[in-house]
Amino acid sequence: MKSVGLSADHTAVDVAQPVSNSQQVTGSEAIIMSLLAEGVRRVFGYPGGAIMPTYDAMMDHEDRLQHVLMRHEQGAVHAAQGHARATGEVGVCIATSGPGATNLITGIADAYLDSTPLVCITGQVFAHLLGSDAFQEIDILDISMPVTKWNYKVTEAGEIPTALAKAFYLARSGRPGPVLIDITKNAQVDTLDFVYQSCDQVSSYEPNPTPSQQALLQAASLINAAKRPLVLFGQGVILGRAEAEFKAFAERIGAPLAATVLGLSALPTDHPQYVGMLGMHGNYAPNTLTNECDVLIAIGMRFDDRVTSNLAHYAKQAQVVHFEIDPSEINKNVRADVAVLGDVKQTLAAVMKRLDHRRHDRWLQRFAALHRTEQRLIIDADLQPATAAINMAEVIQCLNQQDPDAIIVTDVGQHQMVACRYRQFTHSRGLITSGGLGTMGFCLPAAIGAQFACPEQTVVGIVGDGGVQMTIQELGVMMQHQLPVKVIILNNQFLGMVRQWQELYFDRRYAATELHNPDFGILADGYGIANQCVSERQALPGAIQTMLQHPGAYVLEVRVAQQDNVFPIITPGASVADMCLGVEAAVEADAEQSTNEGVKDHDHNP
Amino acid sequence: MTTIHDFAIYSSNQTGILNRITAVFSRINLNIDALSVCESAEPGVFRHSVQVRCDHPTANRLAQQLGRQIEVIRAEFRTAADSIQQEVALYKIASSSMLEQAVTEQVIHRHHARVLSMNSDYTVIEKTGSRAESQALYEDLAVVGVMEFVRSGPVSIGKPNATQGHPALATTADMSFHKQHATCEVEQ
Repeated sequence: MKSVGLSADHTAVDVAQPVSNSQQVTGSEAIIMSLLAEGVRRVFGYPGGAIMPTYDAMMDHEDRLQHVLMRHEQGAVHAAQGHARATGEVGVCIATSGPGATNLITGIADAYLDSTPLVCITGQVFAHLLGSDAFQEIDILDISMPVTKWNYKVTEAGEIPTALAKAFYLARSGRPGPVLIDITKNAQVDTLDFVYQSCDQVSSYEPNPTPSQQALLQAASLINAAKRPLVLFGQGVILGRAEAEFKAFAERIGAPLAATVLGLSALPTDHPQYVGMLGMHGNYAPNTLTNECDVLIAIGMRFDDRVTSNLAHYAKQAQVVHFEIDPSEINKNVRADVAVLGDVKQTLAAVMKRLDHRRHDRWLQRFAALHRTEQRLIIDADLQPATAAINMAEVIQCLNQQDPDAIIVTDVGQHQMVACRYRQFTHSRGLITSGGLGTMGFCLPAAIGAQFACPEQTVVGIVGDGGVQMTIQELGVMMQHQLPVKVIILNNQFLGMVRQWQELYFDRRYAATELHNPDFGILADGYGIANQCVSERQALPGAIQTMLQHPGAYVLEVRVAQQDNVFPIITPGASVADMCLGVEAAVEADAEQSTNEGVKDHDHNP
Repeated sequence: MTTIHDFAIYSSNQTGILNRITAVFSRINLNIDALSVCESAEPGVFRHSVQVRCDHPTANRLAQQLGRQIEVIRAEFRTAADSIQQEVALYKIASSSMLEQAVTEQVIHRHHARVLSMNSDYTVIEKTGSRAESQALYEDLAVVGVMEFVRSGPVSIGKPNATQGHPALATTADMSFHKQHATCEVEQ
């Protein structure tokens, strides 16, 4: 077991055994020292009454632990997520009790659904006041329970090092996730003998199951025998840092490779076997041919309903091989014929030895043919529209041409799907987006977190005019820290995705989706952030160039077509093989679904 | 097909673990019919016995979601038909009705119940058996008047090989590594 203690000069040192000459410190000091011992150098947060002792202790360690004051606790947790997603390390955020803690919940839920390693520390009222409805007392443990991988309330100072050690271990190990540690004020001010021992096991927890030889053999024999294999890869490849193993595996078996939204960037978009994105707004070929493959090889993905659409019509002809670290994902939505449990970095390497070199050129040509259809009917029109207004896709394409390596952070909605569809990813972790929860307001703070984590890289936030206003206050953080985040607001003056669904599925009744927006330029000016607004196509490349060359933060507002739609789309309730390539097809498909179901009860949630 | 499923969930003992467990059921709007929590034969390991009405695929998914909880060591389930169940019921009646009506004693005898405690005011009768049996005794005692009545809810123990899970695992899905003992059944 590895231990970390603090030397006399307060530098975190790795030691083989716990330091015997422990020191008397306050609980607050212990929190900071534990963070340092875990290698944390930056936290995002917002102070308040019940966490003040910890903030006070933090001042003594400013040289080694940077605190970034966000403008809202939701901003703090999203920034920690952005930091974690950009680096793969545990993100940390701190908030006070009551509203501070409840404001974290959206981000914690987002991290839970997207398997993002987070440790969230919340202050809590004095232990003797628990249950008394004290000022800013709220039971954050119960509130956060369904959206945390683990949570724990510390009521005594002596528990702090072990609780935090366990928190970091659980957050980062196995399938990562958010952990919340709630620390009462008395625990922060009381003293303890500080000894830090990092955690490397919890008796009831098996983070990294070992696959059986039988499963590996069965997987290899199915893959070797496949005539039309299709690989679906998800974020597990990135979380497991298994990009190289995945690429080697993929090139050995020669199969077409399709990404989930969160799997994007695990493989460069220009890889010859890459056939596109899966899901509701994914590419035509991989969705359609999911129902024609004979072996479906799922790697580090969870068959989300946005990927599968109607499960009754999903890949019924295929044998399914599922590489997955979380046993509870096996057979949850799609039955696996062979489940290879474990960290994909190890399982892919292990199965490689048993795999034959294969090519599936004719099968890949089927994908190419369908892609040509999508190119003709959708992509060409998106990239070279006949209309005067700029399309969202043109903006992404322009960015591809001018900065192919920037980290893209998106919000949620039409612009997100367009960014996912058109961005050419060149490196892993090139996309940070809210997948499972679909949290509007994610972009700005997550981009801030990513920029702090990767100061040398260009970080471009792509956000809609709706989502940017959910966390727009975080422009203040960009101002205060002179953070060079580039923000592109794709302004269509609508909540675009909801409006699209209203057009397709709610008889064009545009309930509460039209926005009267502020002047985003004046807002940016207020924060001292350089900005520009373009609405003419010919001005777009120059504007993007100006933005990218600007040394500091930049807000580029692009006025895009007001009532544009993201196509293709799989109508809710339809099969993955029934992608609609245009408005008429989508409306017809929806009517058909309604007839089939008797009532229109399929989920209408963009 | 919806039927009664008995879950046995073994966990370490941490504040809030019961909430985490019950939340797995309430999340899909399942009502818990019976619940009991007690330390198991293994010191420090708690057994949560939960009875719900659900179908088989749902039970499978519940077991997997339960297994995902950090403190849960093992989660398994079986149908009521595959288990032997008992519950304890206690009945408080006025002692006068025991003394004055010989029929009461005959009722107790006939139901294989026993007198647990007796004083001049009241008598407590204990009955161990199925839900139907404890209910039958209640109805017979109600004739003389029951002052208080409580039932424990069932505890169950599996018939041999009734617990869902292990045999199918090795062949189709490699679930035997789920914590120490896999308990998620794979449908063939």
